[in-house]
Amino acid sequence: MQNENAALKKNLLSSQIDLSKFELATEAEKKQQDVMSESTTFFKDGMKKLMKNPLAVGSIIVIILVCLLIVIAPMVVPYQYSEIIKVNGSRDRGAKNLAPFEYSEKEMEYIAQGGEVFPHIMGTDAMSRDYFIRVVYGTRVSLLVGLFASAIVLVIGMLYGSISGYAGGRTDLIMMRIVDIIYSLPDMLIIILLSVVLDQLLADSTGTIIAKLGTNMVSIFIVFGLLYWVGMARLVRGQILSIKENEYVLAAKSIGAKPGRILKKHILPNCLSVIIISTALQIPSAIFTESFLSFVGLGVQAPMPSLGSLANAAREGLQSYPYKLIFPATMICLIVLSFNLLGDGLRDAFDPKLRR
Amino acid sequence: MKRYVIKRIVLAIVTVFIISAITFFAMNAIPGGPFNSEKAPSPEVKAVLLERYNLDKPVVQQFGIYVLNVLKGDFGISLKTGRDISGTIMESFAISAKIGGMAVIVALILGLVLGSIAALMRNKLPDRLIVFISTLFTAVPSFVLATLLLLIFSIWLGWVQVWSATDTNYVLPVISLAMYPMAYITRLTKTSMLDALSQDYVRTAKAKGVTPWKVIFKHALRNALIPVITYVGPMTAYILTGSLVVESVFTIGGLGSKFVTSITNRDYPMIMATTIFLATLMVIMNLLSDIIYKVVDPRINFD
Amino acid sequence: MSESLLEVKELCTYFHTDAGEVKAVNGVSFTLEAGKILGIVGESGSGKSVTAYSIMQILADNGRIASGEILYKGQDVAKYNKNQLKGFRGKVCSIIFQDPMTSLNPVFTIGNQLEEAILLHTDKNKEEARERAIEILTLVGVNEPEKRVKQYPHELSGGMRQRVMIAMALVCEPDILIADEPTTALDVTIQAQILELMQELQKKLGMAIILVTHDLGVIADMCDEIIVMYGGRVCERGNAEDIFYHPKHEYTKGLLRSIPSITNAKQKLIPIAGTPINLLSMPKGCAFCSRCDAAMKICLTEIPEEMRLSETHLASCWLNFKAKMEEGGTGK
Repeated sequence: MQNENAALKKNLLSSQIDLSKFELATEAEKKQQDVMSESTTFFKDGMKKLMKNPLAVGSIIVIILVCLLIVIAPMVVPYQYSEIIKVNGSRDRGAKNLAPFEYSEKEMEYIAQGGEVFPHIMGTDAMSRDYFIRVVYGTRVSLLVGLFASAIVLVIGMLYGSISGYAGGRTDLIMMRIVDIIYSLPDMLIIILLSVVLDQLLADSTGTIIAKLGTNMVSIFIVFGLLYWVGMARLVRGQILSIKENEYVLAAKSIGAKPGRILKKHILPNCLSVIIISTALQIPSAIFTESFLSFVGLGVQAPMPSLGSLANAAREGLQSYPYKLIFPATMICLIVLSFNLLGDGLRDAFDPKLRR
Repeated sequence: MKRYVIKRIVLAIVTVFIISAITFFAMNAIPGGPFNSEKAPSPEVKAVLLERYNLDKPVVQQFGIYVLNVLKGDFGISLKTGRDISGTIMESFAISAKIGGMAVIVALILGLVLGSIAALMRNKLPDRLIVFISTLFTAVPSFVLATLLLLIFSIWLGWVQVWSATDTNYVLPVISLAMYPMAYITRLTKTSMLDALSQDYVRTAKAKGVTPWKVIFKHALRNALIPVITYVGPMTAYILTGSLVVESVFTIGGLGSKFVTSITNRDYPMIMATTIFLATLMVIMNLLSDIIYKVVDPRINFD
Repeated sequence: MSESLLEVKELCTYFHTDAGEVKAVNGVSFTLEAGKILGIVGESGSGKSVTAYSIMQILADNGRIASGEILYKGQDVAKYNKNQLKGFRGKVCSIIFQDPMTSLNPVFTIGNQLEEAILLHTDKNKEEARERAIEILTLVGVNEPEKRVKQYPHELSGGMRQRVMIAMALVCEPDILIADEPTTALDVTIQAQILELMQELQKKLGMAIILVTHDLGVIADMCDEIIVMYGGRVCERGNAEDIFYHPKHEYTKGLLRSIPSITNAKQKLIPIAGTPINLLSMPKGCAFCSRCDAAMKICLTEIPEEMRLSETHLASCWLNFKAKMEEGGTGK
């Protein structure tokens, strides 16, 4: 033992240790050693994670592309979704069921004469309408339904959930009983039922906005407003209940913050990520529902197309014109897939529960 | 436990009652009656008919009579076919139940197996493949899948006979119905399995010397199953509604396609009966999955 | 030197994360003798729990033992195969975890979980295993053990659950018991009970204990040897007397200054300034240098070696070298 120390001492001295090394280090020198990981905010950190996720970034790009397509295509393509193709100003009834990029006889003649005909990118349908523009409008309708329905769900669900969660006690109990009952109603059946009823009830409302939108569209929104918000309400309530227990809310209360301020400043920002994620996942589910209803024949009013009704119509000539199914079907899958992946990406990036 | 079950059953009965009421009054709100057709009967005949079908009584009383009849298993007569609705429902439900049941089994087994594999081989090739497939299938609506399968395997390849009354080939309809829930269960199993594997009790089990396989199949899987059980209720609902379109696509005479036909025909008594029947079925499945859930997870207190 | 039961040599354990390699343990060595109690103290992130998990081979999937040896009776545990590991974990070496709330499987009964360990390591049949389970529950002071074995973890209080965890660890009478912050998640009154129980059981069963904690008070009157860890390294080791009355590392001194006690109740507590180091990017020199008031230039660039200060007492601090040199320099 003693020898060991002696050896050490000898060693230190013999190797001509620089005694200046044993001077006190300055604060600045110490600071240099203190390598901290860079501080980030929750949002920045989440965005960074999201941007690192190739699937999520890909989905965002796909969604942007689809949006651009549905905005720009109707400006570029000289056809109407509801009108028979016109060649040189006259209707061309022979342009039925053309394959993609095929021209009808009249169009061929016109081209031979030196006229220009915009190609039918996806062919035409059985009523001599350009199929591409119909798919574009169908996508428009489906996306709008998805967004609008999710917005309804978001607003009602958030209001109901935050009131119930924040009020607590008896109010909460009664409000949640109502939610329980609505939750156990089979949504799709009720939607079908209401669609059938409203279809008849609103049938003679010609000229109003309702007629323009189509009665089925209105009933879809009504049903979303009536039924689908309960999931969101439960989610928000659960979040608020757990956040309410946190010390920082107690701290805010103890310095005399008013309930409205606590809700706005402390509670809602903290459940925002969960709300955004579930809204992102609500959109594809609404698109699903709409296309399903259109497929059953309860969707948008003809001649307005939606992806579901296009797919349904394509069943008739499936053997001869399979592409008529494949185009709208691919579009539905693409949109739903993108929103699903984006939702998943958001959840991975922002859900604090998944953080390690 | 007993109290909980009773409470749930009461809630289920209330729900079924509410659904019946919504259905009945919604159908009654539709303008026009059975006598609005071209050949209106004479006032005397009409009066007799009204009395016979209790249509002269107030709506609430009509509802009461309807409920009593339904409890006796009498849903009335179809406007379109004139046949007894209960009989039609039972007949077509037998077919739907067979296909739906098979779809449930396929979805559960494949979903659990694939989800567990994905969790255990995280970030390896099988995991990525399974995640890719399951993500893809959660984006394909059942009617698209059904039509595509029909197109590819029946029309193009000619491998599978299209459904007919005599030839009972279940393969395509079952696949169409099972794929979405399978994909969902796969994802659910994977996340809950990963969650379970990261829990402290799994570490405890390892520290006890339990073998890796037993850690997974005894300690982790049992916990990972709990969220999957809660999905059984919604899954039944999905398969039932999915059967509406899938049966139409494959022209199977099940309850789903009967329902769709009744909608297109505006056959109100049939719509009403089918809605109430399907809704009751869903409520029962939800009830069962809730009760199983409580049994599997001892932490839930029965209040 | 008496025969050592467990010898950890230059253990390094790293975790692979998205942000980079986390060096949780960087060359920890110690020996544990049969029947002795070794305490490991340190703040969060000092690598004390990871050291414990390394011994048990229950690191998370992204963790690995990068280098070093863990010798149990001369055999390296890190190189054990599946069968040897099965015989080691639970039978030779057991562990109690910090949080009894989450460490028991919620879907199995207490009895089931206890019997699992018994059935694994002995050739007892089910009834014998149940008897043994009840016996061990009685030993750790669980009341009504016959009733408890049929209950689920959530039906028990925190203290009861920790007793069950202890019972589970001791059911096969291991040579070594690792207690990873066994009292942290418990109420103060329960803490004392659990510690008392562990001491009592140690006397009865004679196993060696590694007690991992951040609470110096817990360790004070229990341990034969104490190791103070910081930034994945050992900064000081010695018996309770050495550590508490003659601390020779600035971090240990800081730790001691920051505990309230009755004797210095009127003094102001002095916290250690700064934040724990970032294990992703370790400083080149002493891990504690940026928070150390007496840090010297050499501390920033070179890692101090361990220096023996007495029979039992060792510390890794350049200040001790400086003192030694000055002693030498005065021509002693």
